[in-house]
Amino acid sequence: MSKARNNPLNSFAAHAALITYTLIALFPVFVILVNSFKTRKAIFRDPLALPEADTFTLIGYQTVLKQGDFFLYFQNSMIVTVVSLTLVLLFGAMAAFALAEYKFKGNLLMGLYLALGIMIPIRIGTVAILEMMVSSGLVNTLWALILVYTAQGLPLAVFILSEFMRQVSDDLKNAGRIDGLSEYTIFFRLVLPLVRPAMATVAVFNMIPIWNDLWFPLILAPAEETKTLTLGSQVFIGQFVTDWNAVLSALSMAILPVMILYVIFSRQLIRGITSGAVK
Amino acid sequence: MTALSLTNVCKSFGQVEVLKDINLTVEEGEFVVFVGPSGCGKSTLLRVISGLEEATSGDIEISGNSVNDVPPAKRGIAMVFQSYALYPHLTVRDNMSLALKQERKPKDEIAARVAEASRMLSLSDYLDRRPSELSGGQRQRVAIGRAVVREPDLFLFDEPLSNLDAALRMNTRLEIARLHRQLGASMIYVTHDQIEAMTLADKIVVLRDGRVEQVGSPMEIYNHPANRFVAEFIGSPSMNFVPAERLGGQNGQFVGIRPEYAQVTPNGRLKGKVIHVEKLGGDTNILIDLGDDLTFTSRVFGQYDTHVDQEIALDFDDTKCLSFDAEGQRI
Ligand SMILES: Nc1ncnc2c1ncn2[C@@H]1O[C@H](COP(=O)(O)OP(=O)(O)OP(=O)(O)O)[C@@H](O)[C@H]1O
Ligand SMILES: [Mg+2]
Repeated sequence: MSKARNNPLNSFAAHAALITYTLIALFPVFVILVNSFKTRKAIFRDPLALPEADTFTLIGYQTVLKQGDFFLYFQNSMIVTVVSLTLVLLFGAMAAFALAEYKFKGNLLMGLYLALGIMIPIRIGTVAILEMMVSSGLVNTLWALILVYTAQGLPLAVFILSEFMRQVSDDLKNAGRIDGLSEYTIFFRLVLPLVRPAMATVAVFNMIPIWNDLWFPLILAPAEETKTLTLGSQVFIGQFVTDWNAVLSALSMAILPVMILYVIFSRQLIRGITSGAVK
Repeated sequence: MTALSLTNVCKSFGQVEVLKDINLTVEEGEFVVFVGPSGCGKSTLLRVISGLEEATSGDIEISGNSVNDVPPAKRGIAMVFQSYALYPHLTVRDNMSLALKQERKPKDEIAARVAEASRMLSLSDYLDRRPSELSGGQRQRVAIGRAVVREPDLFLFDEPLSNLDAALRMNTRLEIARLHRQLGASMIYVTHDQIEAMTLADKIVVLRDGRVEQVGSPMEIYNHPANRFVAEFIGSPSMNFVPAERLGGQNGQFVGIRPEYAQVTPNGRLKGKVIHVEKLGGDTNILIDLGDDLTFTSRVFGQYDTHVDQEIALDFDDTKCLSFDAEGQRI
């Protein structure tokens, strides 16, 4: 294996493939960013050109900041994402710990039941969810979104985390028990720090779909004061005219926080992906 | 007073019986070693004593009190694990003091006990390091220190030295022996290692398939094994078993001869061909093929010069031999 890795030709091929993939993945982001700084005419004339002196404009950003309550949308998105992620991680980790650590009747069945959600897309249940939200009076609140996203994220979180929790040494947990730590302390103080890379992985996998989601905000919380960023950006897309400057600017700004969160998690994420490999 | 007494302890995982009717007492201050082949239930027995695993039936008393329903932390025990099991995010000092903090002991008492334990184990210089910044031997000493600060009535060690290299093993073994003398506490120690068992134990408990095969002092077990299993398991190289009829005895019986009691003599009763020689410097192990698929090991003191395929004859002292019947019981 190490021989293959050290071979310069192989290493070149691997890097070429990775760089190609990176370029392809980053290209749309690049186009959005570049065009958000161009005039409308320039966007259509030559979508791939960089902004120049005569095509440069900040009109899109001005529109976005003026029209619509951009900061409110931003705040809504942030609250929904952060609270959902927190709940997914907290409850997912707790369920995973219980499944991995305790022997009880129906342990396996419970695990399968929780994992079922991975295979069934939550959007299938949209109508039922909407009915539930209406009858519980949660429509047009951020809680509606938070609850749905938490439910959506839990199956994968439980699945991934329970696998990692099984790898945490039994001796360590037992040492804690003998030292008189409660099960909660063992969970929070011993096990959670050790599965942090896995938690970061789950966080990243959940964060992006939640942040980008248009479906549930549109159905469950379309009111002005609960609009999320993705939904808020839609005001610039009309049936007949679309304010491309504004749309692109809004999207550019929407990318930023995700990027920041991603950078925070990514160090952990890399450790998470490779953690099984070198031990 | 008895430090620990087990009465009819059984443990099963589902259908599988792992411990079968264990009866055992450990006197105060005694050093008891559990030995037995892999999978015979040594660790499980230790975990049942510590309360990490609940016994399916039977009584467990520690210092005269029944502890069947007492959680591990309140049993007055401390355990040292094979994998050290140190808390990776805490410093050595915090690792050692955690249990005392949980018991809400006063700060100065905690500090004093940690200082004392770290002095005993020469850990004073490492108190502010994390486990990842320590060597294997130091980690194991921290694990032992974590047990010592709790001042338990009963120490439980589960193969504490098996992750250490040979030299470190010997040092740590001496350290554990010294600790036992200093603290005078009762200790139960699980090991695979013959030398650890023989040198540390006041009392050895030989286990097989979840049953106690024999309990006794190391020399009792070595000289008077109750059955063929114990005779074969204790002692290295292990005892030779020669069908008795080859030596003029009764059909079906076996004669057990320890390797060191069989010496090379020109007209010995056992004749064969050398198939392998292990020269250890201090002594020499000679493996001899006696025919009929019977391999015999002789341990000769000093450096004995022989080579493979040489014809050789051995003899032994009849009074040092043990006889076993066909079922493996001593006669
Ligand atoms: N949690 C468990 N569930 C089911 N079976 C178990 C469990 N723990 C142990 N066993 C079984 O109990 C038997 C005894 O295991 P134990 O760990 O006590 O052996 P051991 O004597 O300590 O072996 P070793 O010397 O290899 O450490 C084994 O056959 C094992 O498969
Ligand atoms: Mg074991």
